[in-house]
Order: sequence, then structure tokens, then C-alpha cells
Amino acid sequence: MTEPLSFELSRPAVDPPRLPEADVDGPGPADVLPHDMLRDRPPGLPRLSEPEIMRHYSRLASLNYSISENFYPLGSCTMKYNPVLNEQAAALPGFAGLHPYQDEETVQGALELMWRLERALCAVVGVERATLQPAAGAHGEWTALRMIAAFHHSREENRTEVLVPDSAHGTNPASAALSGFHVVEVKSGPDGRISLADLESKLSPRTAALMLTNPNTLGLFEREILDIAEMVHATGALLYYDGANLNAFMGICRPGDMGFDAVHMNLHKTFTTPHGGGGPGAGPVGVKADLVPFLPTPTVERTNGHLELDYKHPQSIGRVRSFYGNFGMLVRAYTYILAMGGDGLSQASQDAVLSANYLRKLVEGDLEMPHAGPCMHEFVASAHHLTTEHGVRALDVAKALLDRHFYAPTVYFPLVVPEAIMVEPTETESKETLDSFARAIKEIAAEARTDPQSLHAEPKTLPVGRLDEVAAARKINAYLVGQSEDPVLRWKAPGEGAPKEAC
Amino acid sequence: MPYLVHSPEDRAAMLETIGVESMDDLLVDIPQSLRLESLQLPNGLSELETMAQVQALADRNRVYPDRLTFRGGGVYRRFIPAAVSAVTSKPEFYTAYTPYQAEASQGTLQAIFEYQTLIAELTSLDVSNASLYDGATAVAEAAMMAYVHTGRNEVLVSGYVHPEYVQVLRVFGEGRGIKVRKGDQPNKKTAAVIFQQPDFLGLLVDAPALTRAAHDAGALAIACVDPISLAILASPGEYGADIAVGEGQQLGLSPSFGGPHVGFIACRRELVRKLPGRLVGTAHDAQGRRGFVLALAAREQHIRREKATSNICTNHSLCALAAAVYLTYMGPYGLRQVAEVSFKRAHHLAARLAALPGWELAFPERQFVNEFPVRVPKAPSVVKKLARKGILGGLEVNRWFRELKGVVTFTCTEVNDPSAIDELVAALGS
Amino acid sequence: MAERRYTKTHEWVTVDGKHATIGITDFAQSQLGDVVFLELPSVGRKLGERETFGVIESVKAASDLYSPVAGRISAVNDKLSGKPELVNSDPYGDGWILKLELAGDPPSDLLDEAAYKKVTEAAAG
Repeated sequence: MTEPLSFELSRPAVDPPRLPEADVDGPGPADVLPHDMLRDRPPGLPRLSEPEIMRHYSRLASLNYSISENFYPLGSCTMKYNPVLNEQAAALPGFAGLHPYQDEETVQGALELMWRLERALCAVVGVERATLQPAAGAHGEWTALRMIAAFHHSREENRTEVLVPDSAHGTNPASAALSGFHVVEVKSGPDGRISLADLESKLSPRTAALMLTNPNTLGLFEREILDIAEMVHATGALLYYDGANLNAFMGICRPGDMGFDAVHMNLHKTFTTPHGGGGPGAGPVGVKADLVPFLPTPTVERTNGHLELDYKHPQSIGRVRSFYGNFGMLVRAYTYILAMGGDGLSQASQDAVLSANYLRKLVEGDLEMPHAGPCMHEFVASAHHLTTEHGVRALDVAKALLDRHFYAPTVYFPLVVPEAIMVEPTETESKETLDSFARAIKEIAAEARTDPQSLHAEPKTLPVGRLDEVAAARKINAYLVGQSEDPVLRWKAPGEGAPKEAC
Repeated sequence: MPYLVHSPEDRAAMLETIGVESMDDLLVDIPQSLRLESLQLPNGLSELETMAQVQALADRNRVYPDRLTFRGGGVYRRFIPAAVSAVTSKPEFYTAYTPYQAEASQGTLQAIFEYQTLIAELTSLDVSNASLYDGATAVAEAAMMAYVHTGRNEVLVSGYVHPEYVQVLRVFGEGRGIKVRKGDQPNKKTAAVIFQQPDFLGLLVDAPALTRAAHDAGALAIACVDPISLAILASPGEYGADIAVGEGQQLGLSPSFGGPHVGFIACRRELVRKLPGRLVGTAHDAQGRRGFVLALAAREQHIRREKATSNICTNHSLCALAAAVYLTYMGPYGLRQVAEVSFKRAHHLAARLAALPGWELAFPERQFVNEFPVRVPKAPSVVKKLARKGILGGLEVNRWFRELKGVVTFTCTEVNDPSAIDELVAALGS
Repeated sequence: MAERRYTKTHEWVTVDGKHATIGITDFAQSQLGDVVFLELPSVGRKLGERETFGVIESVKAASDLYSPVAGRISAVNDKLSGKPELVNSDPYGDGWILKLELAGDPPSDLLDEAAYKKVTEAAAG
């Protein structure tokens, strides 16, 4: 069952919505603006009545898997339950109705919330201060690298390289490159952890920072983290913590104590703000004292209970986003932290680790485990044996899970594991759910042995089957090089030419 | 504890299945010296107590009614149809993740595809992406595109572009070695001319001329536009701009102290491969059914890593969904009505403010849409006086532009009804 | 036809007097999967040995293209813009990518068929 596009449902006869009239004396646009400043023809927006709109979007909603309905064991993404209380909090008129340029005296509650959230995040990760401005994890990474660049610059050191492990998220090298650094890859050893020998050989006076995820993307704690920190600091470089996997050890240990100088956090992973189908999130960055002068402005300062936005930081890297960040997400995260408390957050991480190890145990007979456990909050399995023996790939396993009403784990990441299947169950999934997921994996592995062909045809029960991305990509590229007029990336009325070329 | 599901019996059974004695056995890789006793945070609260604390913080803020808000500067009060939050609060949308598994994410993917088409239609450009974080980062990303496309390392910011957008642009530029200059005379080093239409003060700029100047110098023209104004103003595609960007907050999102909102970006066909972020396209399954997939992913960071066009990982999907519902609700004529009502009321207000003793339009020769700068005697005390009367008055812009001392921008939209305008003028006259 | 030589980064080259033709190997195309796009330079550009001259993309991967030899580009395979799949179906024939006028002799460390086969066997692990 698929749903037509709003553009296809559109009917020219539909009345526009009833809206106020101006009811004042005043010229209209055509009365005062020169003709060439006016739009030639109305934008081609669809015309639908409200009942049709609501039904359209309700049908679209029904085509999605989501945490509210499905187990979503997407490794590295921490798809935990999104408390409905958070939504209620963010919608309070006292937050949602605030203009960002209101006088500070009128937004003391908002600033207090930001200040308290900053303190709480600093307590969780063990740093001095944090900026709440970055809008997403990747944005936070890049912000941290700008601060690290500014730090070295202030010491008149020319450090041009950032070290990134081969198992890292793609955003790490991309953020480093966009911050002007040359990216040097550090290899993982056979146990899945960073190779100290390789690290040693790549560290130099040119090194600005090592970017590290801990536990790493294989779900393994970097046991030698203290040695790594010492090696990095000995060369004068800084240590950056990618907070993608922070859910593994809240209340158990802290990146700051491990020696990390800058720590980014994903409020949409660890602190339950909803993923929204791909954002908005929030990616605060915490820093140790040495980096505090470089934090983006404004910072929120509190003196005798009075809050203010402080722009007076001469060494600040500047501003990375308009206003003060994704404030609505900050409200949600703060609400979650209040409800959980220190005790709840610690228990959450312990349960996350317990669930991952439990599920790992349940599926280890059916999937390969390339690295020895225990794991932390997630584990990476491999379908390599199913591929070589039965021609069944990680992608086939993923699609077969969809047919069994589970969202699929992350597949083909990290790149260092062939046919990787990365599973992160989180603390908000019950033992029964984990058991049923393990049964599904067992069933799929059995089917791989007996009837591999049928797995290639899955999913069979969803609105669409596997989509031909290759054909789509070739069509898009034909459009982009001018060999086709079908843009593929947008709807176009039948018979309508390509959108008017700019001349 | 809230939101946790395992009972002590579950935990014991799970440990037993794993084959270990205690949690500590699962945490053996963490050096003992790093282990914490507990977090330095208070213990958790009941839902009732949590909400009481959060409510207390909300109560320490002052919320001005929509109709008495005359301040803009990048964030505006607009009428938000009930349909918008009814759709965005559907858990199937807000608790889904970025649509990696296309077959199980068709709702999100199709909504983004519709959003992309809506933005492309509004800007009259070929292709829009799935959205960015905000207007500021959209400007910066567009500048990066121009830098990569032209191989030139200078961008020119013309006129009164939102000061915070320019600040963000500078930080992005520093990372990549791009110089940000003010001015409107592009040369051989110029990658792009960036202008805002209407500008930060609300004034209209000569977008076609700026576009021509950019093109004559071999640079790209980047138009930062107000999406609602595009119902009446010539669109970037119509005057030949290469990239259109902007802030989408006005399309169904509450002010929320500045975020989350949504940045939009659209461009000409030739630039699409340099467009940052997610893109959704159509594809077909083996039975010929149409569906939607993430497209051109090989540009992105998870494949290209340090060679990616941008480091952006996702988009602001839920905010883009709000914008899509808003634009679909309005349709072409509803949007035009909103823009025209705002235009007329703002011009009406401008005339009345300019008639106040000592007040004058700051740039009387310049046209505007629904935000305009006024020169106001004793501006700070005027704004304070309005606040005392429950009115969020105009924005003093000399905090960013020293030369604009005493200049206050006022905004008027469809939410500022005629009697609210009367109240404002009366408050100023009192 | 001149003998085909290979690089460790999976390009091939044939040299006929001052003229070289280059493409990617059968192993490379099979690793990339269905090719959907190539970003290629223009005729006339000079390439150094091992210089990056373009990008080849499939849906799930992207890879830089390196020139095994130094020279000036004399022809670019125009067919690939409309039919990138030629790189998959006929990597050593219609799927060729560039022709170059050689600047100097080709490097001596290019691999022959047997040596390249060893490289691919190691890579396939």
C-alpha cells in the first residue's frame, strides 16, 4: 500500500484556507513594489483541504517503523524510548513562546535551564564547561575541532593533522577536514581496539588531536585509554571524545577522567530527545579548563542567582549557530535528566550494557562474533559466514528482520568488519523483546541455510519491496549531466518540462 | 526508575544466561582507577515533581502574546495551523530515525521528498535538499558549495545580512581557509556574492543586479530569502540566483527561544552534486511500485569521509515535516494571503510610526515587506516602556551595527491584528 | 594490442607508442558494485604520475581515480556519462576511461597480470 504525493492529490478547485484579511489601510505589494520585484507566477504548492491533508499525513505515518511501535536496534544510534513527558515540557508556552531576542530579564528561566543542563552534562562527562550551541553531533564534533585549532593557534603551534581510527564514524574525518585538518588514519588491532604501535607511529609534532569513540564503534571499551591519553598529551596534542557511545557508561566512568579534553554529546541519543526522522538533535560539547576560553559565544553565566548571556570571550571561536542552539531539545534533555537523576542514569547505562551482552549471547550461535566480549552497550556481529556459505548478506538479514517487524541493526558499519551487523538494544527494551529478536535472528540464519533465495526477496510485507537504488542513481546522474529532464529528486507535473532554467 | 524496564529478576536471569556473576564482570575492561561510585547529580524525581520543577523554570520566563509581538530579527510570530503539530506529534514521525532502511521508512522519506519539491517550487530552483540546521548554517554551507564549485576562496557579503549568519559563516570559513568580506564589488577571487532578501532590517535589495554582478565576475549568487515573502516577491530562480537558502521557522515552527528551526537550501541542477546533506529521490521495486530512497549518498560523510562535501549527517527532518504541512495547508493562495496581510499591516504600521513626533523611517527611499527600520528618539527607553505595557516592541539593531544608533526594526504579520497595532501606537503615544 | 599493466590501486594501462589508455580493473569494478557516476576531467589537462583525476561512484561507495602514468589527456570516454555501467560490463574495452599522450616513459613499477593477480588475491583475503 503506497500513498500518492500531496502534489498528485492536489485539486485546483479546493478553496484556500480561511485566513484573516488585512482590515487596515495599507498598500498591497503590487501598489508599491516595482513590477520586476514581484513574483511572476504563484509557487506550485499543492491545494488540499484540511481533512485530505490530515489523512495524507496519517497514511504516511503508518508507513514508518518507529521506536513507539518497533524495536529499533540501530547500532551507534541509541534508539531508546523517548519519554512523552519531554514533549510536554518543551511545548510549555513559557519555553515554546520565547523570542530569542527578548530582554535577558524576561528569560531567566530559560537561561537557568541552560545553565543547569550545562552543569549536569559536565557532571556526567567530567569536564569544566560546555557549549549547548551545536545543533547535531557532527556539528558538535566540528565545533570541538575549531576550539582545538584555536587552542593550538593561541600557543603559536602549527599542528595540521588529526588522527582518526579506521573504525570511526564518517563524520569524524569529515569534521576534521572541514576544520582545515589533514586526516591521518590509525589502524585497529586484531582485538578491535586501536593499535598503540600504529598510534605511536602516527603521532608527531604535527598532531593536533586524536578523535576517539569509547567504547569504540565495535562496542569495545578501549582498555588502554589511559596510556593512549598519555601518549597523545606527551606530543602536545589533545584528545577528543566522540560521544556517540556515551550511553555505555554514565555513572560508571567519565571521559574527562580518562584524559579527554573535549567531549561531544548527542542529546538525541543518550538523553532521549526524539530523533524526529533525522533531526533536530543537539550536540553540546564539554571541555576541560584549557579549552574554556575558546568556547562559542554567548556562554550562559550565573552570578548570585542572576543569569546572563556573556559575549565577552576574546579568544572564542565565535558562533556556530544562530541564537543559542536547539533550545527545545535542551528542555527535553533537561527534563529527562531531572526525572532520571544520577541514580537513574547510572542504572540506565548498566542496563544498556547488560542488555547488549545478553542479546550478544543469545545470537552468538547464529552470527559470527569477530571480537571477544564482553561488549559494552552494543556489539558488532558479522554475516560473513552466511555470505561465503549461502550467499546471504548482512543486507538480506536486515531486510528479513523488517519483515518480522523489527527495524534493522546498522549494517556495513564499522567498515573494519565485513558484512557487519551492529546491534544496540538500549536499556528501554524488555528481556522479552530481546528474546523475540534473538528468535528472529535464529529463524533467519536457519532460512539462510535452507532457502537463501527467499531471503533475497525480503521484505515482502512492507509498502514497497527493495528499491532499485542503482537505477535511481543512474537516472539522477543522467538528469544532472543534462541527458534527462526527470530530476528524480522532486516531483514534477506530468508533461511539465524541467523547471525553468536560470538564464 | 522511570523508563527502565528490567526487573531485578530479569537482570539476574540475564546475567546467568551470559554466564557471569555480576555487572562488574561485564565492565572488566574499564580500569579500576576510572570507576565511579556515583554521579554528582541529585537522585531522580517522580513525573509530578519533575514537571513541577520544569514548570517553575518556564514560569520564570515572560511570554508576550503573539498579537503584541512586533519583534523579528530572524524569528517571527506567525499563525500556525493546528494541523502542523497534529502531524509532527505523531510518534511514527517523531520517534523514527533517519531513514536508513527505506522500506520501513517510506513515511519519512515521502514527506521529505514532498518538502524538497515544495522548497524547489517556492524558490524556483531545480533541487532542494532534505533541510539543514538553520538559516545561519545554510548560508555557510552555500558558501562552501561556491568555494568548491569555483575554486575561489573569498565570499562577499552584501549589505545587511543577518549578523549572526555572518558570524557563523566566518567560523565555517576559517576552518576551510575562506575569507569573508563585506561589500558588493565581486572580483576574480570571489566565489560568491551573498545577499539577503529582504535584508536583516527588512529592506529589499536589488537582487537581480547583485546576481548579475556576481555572474559577471564568474561568481555564484547566493540569495538568503524569507520563505513567506516568496509568495509575492520574485524568487531566486526567477532572477537567476544559483543557490537559495533561508530560515524556515516561519513555516509552522514556534519561536522556542531560537530553535529548533530549519534551514533550507536549493540550487540549480549544475550544483546538485555539491549540495550538502541528505537528498531523497524516487526509486522502484521489482514489482514496479514507486518508493523513496536516500539518493546521491556517495557525496556524504559516511562514504566519502574526509572528502565529503559537508560533515552533516542528518537534517532537521521533523522541522522540515512541519514546513511541508504548513505549505501544503496554505497552498499557493493561502501563502499569498498571509504575505499580503503582513505586507499591508506592516505598511500601515510604518506610516503610523513615522507620524509619531520625532520618529522617522530610517531608510524612507527603500522598499520593504513586513519588517522595517525606524529611527526612534531614546530607543532603549521606548522599548522598555512597551515591555512594561506587555508589548514586545521592535529590535534595536545598533547592538550589531554601530552606524544604526537609534534604529529599531518593527515586524508585523497576520497575527498582529488591527487592534494590536492600535495598542502599540497608543502605548507609544502615551 | 599492447600488453595491459596494472597498479596496486586497481587501475590498468595499455601503452602504444606515445599513447596510453587507462581504466579500472575488473576486480575494482566488482568491489565497487554497480557504477552510477564518474566525475572526469577535460581533454587537455596534464596529469602527473599517480595524480588523482576523478572520482568513481557506486550507490554504496566512492573511490578516487589515479593516473598510472604521466601525460596530457587526449580523450575522455564520453559514453560513460550516459552509460556508467560500461565500467562494470566491459572494464577493459568499452569501459575505458581516459586516453593520454605520454610524457616520458611509463613507470617501471607497473604490475604485470600475474603480479596484479597476487594483489587481488591478497585484497580479497
